[in-house]
Amino acid sequence: MTNAVEVRALGKSFGPVKALDDVSLDVSEGELFGLVGPDGAGKTTLFRILTTLLIPDTGSATVLGLDVVKDFWKIRSRVGYMPGGFALYPDLSVAENLEFFAAVFGTTVEKGYELIAPIYKQIEPFRDRRAEALSGGMKQKLALSCALVHRPDILLLDEPTTGVDAVSRREFWDQLGNLKASGLTIVVSTPYMDEALRCDRVALIHGGKILEVDPPHSIGARYTLPLVAVRGANRFELLQSLRKFPHARAVYLFGDELHYTDRRSDASPEAVAAELREYFASRGQEDVETRPIAAGIEDSFMELMGSAPPPPPRPTATAA
Amino acid sequence: MNSSARPTVTGTADATGGTDGFAVDARDLTRRFGSFVAVDHITFDVKAGEVFGFLGANGAGKTTAIKMLVGLLAPSEGVAHVAGFDIRTQRDRIRRNIGYMSQRFSLYADLTVRENIRLYGGIYGLAPEHIAKRTDTMLETLGLSSNADDLVGRLPLGWKQKLAFSVALLHEPKIVFLDEPTGGVDPITRRQFWELIYTAAARGTTVFVTTHYMDEAEYCDRISIMVDGRIAALGSPTELKEKFGADSVDDVFVRLARSATKGEAA
Repeated sequence: MTNAVEVRALGKSFGPVKALDDVSLDVSEGELFGLVGPDGAGKTTLFRILTTLLIPDTGSATVLGLDVVKDFWKIRSRVGYMPGGFALYPDLSVAENLEFFAAVFGTTVEKGYELIAPIYKQIEPFRDRRAEALSGGMKQKLALSCALVHRPDILLLDEPTTGVDAVSRREFWDQLGNLKASGLTIVVSTPYMDEALRCDRVALIHGGKILEVDPPHSIGARYTLPLVAVRGANRFELLQSLRKFPHARAVYLFGDELHYTDRRSDASPEAVAAELREYFASRGQEDVETRPIAAGIEDSFMELMGSAPPPPPRPTATAA
Repeated sequence: MNSSARPTVTGTADATGGTDGFAVDARDLTRRFGSFVAVDHITFDVKAGEVFGFLGANGAGKTTAIKMLVGLLAPSEGVAHVAGFDIRTQRDRIRRNIGYMSQRFSLYADLTVRENIRLYGGIYGLAPEHIAKRTDTMLETLGLSSNADDLVGRLPLGWKQKLAFSVALLHEPKIVFLDEPTGGVDPITRRQFWELIYTAAARGTTVFVTTHYMDEAEYCDRISIMVDGRIAALGSPTELKEKFGADSVDDVFVRLARSATKGEAA
């Protein structure tokens, strides 16, 4: 199988800020590939290079076997790109936006209709409404329709679910699953760790660097330190107690629990869990449950980011 | 909690606000736009010192409800008090007694950290000496002392959010409204932000927060979930999970929000 995307030692700086720092990765044909990381991680810069809107300082990249610098003109017609914030024309209607994007790519809505129908039909009843008056979920569907209308060979989606509610997010991922099943290669970025589970493989990206590339279920497997979930009545108090435990490496809020990582890599998680129960009992904190758990993507991400608190920020030029 | 037996706060008689232990009480609060009912007779209380999560799908009516509570929009029907003041007749006093932070419009990007704090301190009517003292404490707590003269626009997003939250607390409001305060930041910074929220709540500040991160909903003392302009569920995360037989607030939310009929058409 050939690679739909190949990125080799890619670097891009904006003034003093390294937006991408020696990034390498491959995306296979037909893969649903996730780029998971917070704002400022470098996701958008990578997308802009892959869509030929930005030239890298160092390294190289190909999309569909075409070089992003030399073959930029050929790449543009074959890529479907949904930029962050959806980038629709606010004063054009739903139908006009779609017609515009079709026209720019030298095609018509009719020719692309079959592909976009499952998504576009949901917003078609509002076809005369201006894009600016749409809800977040509807804008998202329109933007995806616009990115697909010219029947691209690869779809690049930059944070399509940011600011969209949990229900619309799930529906959106269901649709991506359908598009993938039709054979389309999809690269999608997200700041939501839970969405990584919907991808074939994910790259964790932070501060311009790739931290890890793996199938989502394998990511936690590399977490080697004992990890214990702690549950009790006053979470904030428990958090402060746990941080004072002599072997604590990291303690984080985690849904309705706390996740505690021990710094002793050779300790058994069961023994650590038992130790913590004794510790709470000795402090008069009763009814605290502790149990060893396997690490998830978010645990791994935070461990890879470094559990030390980040240093005070230096002013940075804002990278788009 | 037996809210119906409680006497109504009258605001006018209670200049300090919320002395009966409620930071927000809303009764049948309603807002119509033409024939569309954006907020449809919502009734709820927020206790003083509580971290209250205000959830709902896009278009469910959250923003309209918050605008009414902070005095930016008049209700069509119903009553509500915030910090003890009537949202219809005492908007000015509400504005002086609440803090507000939204993800988009909080700090001035082309002013420095120190200038932003001074500006907001001035708007809230704090004395210059008081502002100066608060500025130093705040910068030290946030670890931003060496960045006091940097432009806010050039700070990383996570630091902007922490600063915006601290600025919203500058005048020591009784209640602070946070509208999606943690969007887009990394998972560690998000958790640090929530520790700031807990610290404020431990000092007695009521926190009213919206979020799309369902794990953050679990961090709240109580949450409400709006569907089609109504409050479809209200309780502690544990109570709601038990009631709906769900593993997570995310499941509760998706189940309720999927039953929405008019959200997307709004």
